[in-house]
Formats: sequence, C-alpha cells, structure tokens
Amino acid sequence: MKYLEEQCPILSKKEIAPGIYDVTLQAPQIASLASSGQFVNVLCEKFTLRRPISICGFDKEAGTLRLVFEVRGEGTKWMSQSAEGESFSVVGPLGRGFDVKDPTQKAVFVGGGIGVPPLLEAAKPYGENATVIVGFRTASASILLSDFEKNGNHVQLATDDGSAGHHGFVTQLLQKHLDENSCDVIYACGPTPMLKAVADEAEKRGIFCKVSMEQRMACGVGACMVCVCKTLTPRGDDRYAQVCKNGPVFNAKEVVWNG
Amino acid sequence: MANMAVDICGVSFKNPIITASGTYGFGREFNEFFPLERLGGIACKAVTPEEKLGNPPPRVAETPSGMLNAVGLQNPGVNRFIREALPWLKKQNTVIIANVAGSSLEDYCQVATALEDTDVDFLELNISCPNVKEGGMQFGTSYEGVEAVTRAVRSHTTKPLMVKLSPNVTDIVDIAKAAESAGADCLSLINTLLGMRIDVRTRRPILHNNVGGLSGPAVFPVALRMVWQVASHVDLPIIGIGGVAKWQDAVEMMLAGATAVQIGTANFTHPDTPLKVLAGMEEYLESQNVDDVNDIIGTVKPW
Repeated sequence: MKYLEEQCPILSKKEIAPGIYDVTLQAPQIASLASSGQFVNVLCEKFTLRRPISICGFDKEAGTLRLVFEVRGEGTKWMSQSAEGESFSVVGPLGRGFDVKDPTQKAVFVGGGIGVPPLLEAAKPYGENATVIVGFRTASASILLSDFEKNGNHVQLATDDGSAGHHGFVTQLLQKHLDENSCDVIYACGPTPMLKAVADEAEKRGIFCKVSMEQRMACGVGACMVCVCKTLTPRGDDRYAQVCKNGPVFNAKEVVWNG
Repeated sequence: MANMAVDICGVSFKNPIITASGTYGFGREFNEFFPLERLGGIACKAVTPEEKLGNPPPRVAETPSGMLNAVGLQNPGVNRFIREALPWLKKQNTVIIANVAGSSLEDYCQVATALEDTDVDFLELNISCPNVKEGGMQFGTSYEGVEAVTRAVRSHTTKPLMVKLSPNVTDIVDIAKAAESAGADCLSLINTLLGMRIDVRTRRPILHNNVGGLSGPAVFPVALRMVWQVASHVDLPIIGIGGVAKWQDAVEMMLAGATAVQIGTANFTHPDTPLKVLAGMEEYLESQNVDDVNDIIGTVKPW
C-alpha cells in the first residue's frame, strides 16, 4: 500500500441536494491508485484532524477524483465553502475497498443517504447486472440516481416520507428484489441499522455481503487505533478491527453488530 | 550544515525528532509516506504482557486545536510485538523505543523482561495513560507510585529506561524527582491531559470512555512549561512531548531543556510533519550560526 499527500485543485463544485456537495479534484497520483470503496482524508483549514470522505468516483486517465460529501460540522462546512481554483490537501487513497471480483455476477447495491456515493464506482463494472437500491429521507435529498443509470444499473428508490419512489425502507425493496431475482453478492453502505438489516437478510439467504463501515477517525492509515469496529477473528474471537485500514469495507459476516 | 545528532543515555539519535507513542503504531503505516530512517527514532505503540482489546468506540473526539483519544492501550501483546513488528523495525535504521504498559507492577516487569534480549534500543515506561481503569495513570500521579514502578522495572532491564510523565499532577517536578530517585535514565513528558466533550444533542459524552487524553497544539504551552520546570530541577535528559507541530515548537522545547522531541498528533494533520520540523530546525540553526543542535539545549534566558 502506498499513501500520498497531494495538493488537489478543485475543478468543479456544486450543491446537488441541500447540504450535499459534489466536488471534482485534480488528483492524478491518488486517482491512479484509487479503487472503489476507498476513502481519502481531507485537511480542513484550522482543524487538527482530517475529514475522511469516501471516493465517489475517479478517472485515472484524466487524473481526477470525485467526492460527494454532506456538511456535517465545521470541517465539512469549510470544504463546502471552498471555491473552484482553490485546493484541498488530500491524503489517500486509504483503506480496503469493495474489491469487485466478477462483474458478470448478479449484484445488489444497497445505499442509505450519504452512504450512497461510494457505491457508484463499484456498481460501474456491473452495468445491468447490478440492481441499485437507494434510500433517502425525502425526494429533494436524493442524489446520484442518474449516475447509476449511466452505469447501466437498475435503480430502485425509497424515501422515508414517500415523496419519491417506495414509501419506506430500502430493506423492504431488497427483500422483494431477492424474493423475485437471483443474486450472487450484496454491497451496502449507509447507517449502521440499515447495514445490520441488509447483513441479516444476506445471511438468511446465504448471499455473500460486503458492508462499508463508518467511525470517527484520526490518522486514517491504521496507526492510531481510534476508528475501530468490533469484528470476529477467523477463530471466532472478538477483536477491534481498524475501519481505516482493515476496512472500511468488511465481509458482513465478520462484523459484530452489537459491538 | 549543523550537526543534528544527539546522544541520550549512550544511544545515538541521528536527529532529535522522534515520533510519539500511540500515534505511529509500529511504524509500518507511516513508512508508506517517507522512510522511517529519516527519523531520529520511533516510540512504538504501548505493549502489555498479553493482547489488549482496548475501549469500545468512539475513541476519538476533535477539540479546538487538538483531539481527545481513549484507545485504552489496544495492542497485540509484547510477544507478538517482538515476533511480528520488531524484525521489520530493526531494518529501518532508526532508534527503536518500546513503550511499556501494564495494569500491575508485575505486568510492567514482565514486558521489560520480555524485551531485555531484543533489538529494542530504549524502554519508555508508560505510567501516564489516562484511558485504562487500572494501571497507567494511577502509577504516574503519585510520588510513591512513580517510584515503585520505576524501581521495579529498573531491576528487570539493563536497557536505557525513559519514564513518560503524566501532566495530570499537582507538581510535575516532584513526580520527575521520584522517577530520578528510582533509577530512570531519562524522562519524556508530557502524556495527554485528561479531558472531555459532550454531544449536546444526545447528552452523551462523545467518547465511549466518557473522558480521554487531550493532545495536539492546544497542549503545547502546558507541555513546554512542564519541560522547562523539570529541566530546571532534575539532571536527567528530557524528551519534550506535547503539541509539537512545527519547527518553532521543537526549538522552543529544546531551548526549555529538552534533548529531543516527540511528535504525535501533528502526524495526523500532516504526515510529513517530522521532516518539515527537521528542515525548519536546520535552517534556524544556520540562521543563528549554531553548528550543533546540542548547543541550544536549555539555553532559554528566563526573565
């Protein structure tokens, strides 16, 4: 693994939903090494800790990196206020991604809210072999639907308030889809209760499932041990794995959900 | 160019920049940014006799100019450290400082004994970790505790022994003297300051441990003051730790009496901080017409 700190000019920035920003950076070195499901650590002015942001997309030829992030606090607010032409100090690419093996298989991608962006690049090679089930609070908060369609993926939408798509949870759409279709692998990213529900469903049906976990981070490279998630070792013992290094993507079977 | 090498207890450091325990793992990850051999030394993540799971997350919270952590000494145990981390570290051509932790006197002695016949250059005694229920800081916050654990470990090691002091005490000089009287060869200070953050929405502390250790630029003035006070009253070499993020901080630490500095949290902000600090110090020495970094140690001119 090679880590880089790169000064990345902002090529474009737009607010694609209230409080959610879509930024493309010139990041030739990081883009050249990036794979889907990895993340980068962005330095925010006046803050000690970098902000871990999932990689939404990359173009290795153009040397660009696409980040879609939500304003959650002062750091991401600063990021959202940076203008085209300014630049971010970015460390990456970090972590273990989705590691897509065989895109001729039938895959289901399940995403909730700001957990949706890292799925986009992973779903790309699957084309129409992928069904993408995404959920948002409300219609105006929904993002990236047309991007998944450009991948050739089949997109299903759920909203909490019923203002667009299915009125309810993504897991209800997932159950219905799995009842009616074959599926070889499930990839999920979103709030922990959603991930647990998806993992349970996959376990019940014997489908291989990968989940992308989130945790407060510091170093981002696996040295400081703060961003842990409880997992099982191959021998079945509990251990705290490092989300930034052993993850963020884990085999769902390894994760101890009440840990 | 000025000489940057320093000698601490007979161990030669090619420069006075060391990475701080707990922030740098066993070195492998940050070696992906630049080769560890550029560092004077690395203070490894603390090890205990057996593997430790550590505290439940969240283990980190950001604070103004700093951060809180409550990792709780998660580590693979001293034997796996020796087997899996040390052989690689040995090849990196930098001074290896093992950080020794435990929850009883026996634990500390057991780790020191296990490290006795290894390639570790230095032991750093961790009696100041605020994030574990037993051991750690309880040894580091009383004169008797510091004396007892230092004396016990001293009798189990022939390696140079550095004692890392807790700032969560009334009189740091008193604590430093306890370590000195019990046979410490060197002191490193400070460990983190005990702190807390609360999420106003959930009314829960952000850290699952409720409280944790504060580090980063916010603690630098406190650390510097303590280094200066200890240097003025104790004859042992001192390694200054706490909020060092730029070359000026490192120079201030050395002017206050430190022979070397450790850099911790700043590695998270900029992974190349140690190299930038080193380069800045070299320029400073040149601009001051000083040809040996040792010549600035303790040369602050107090009012």
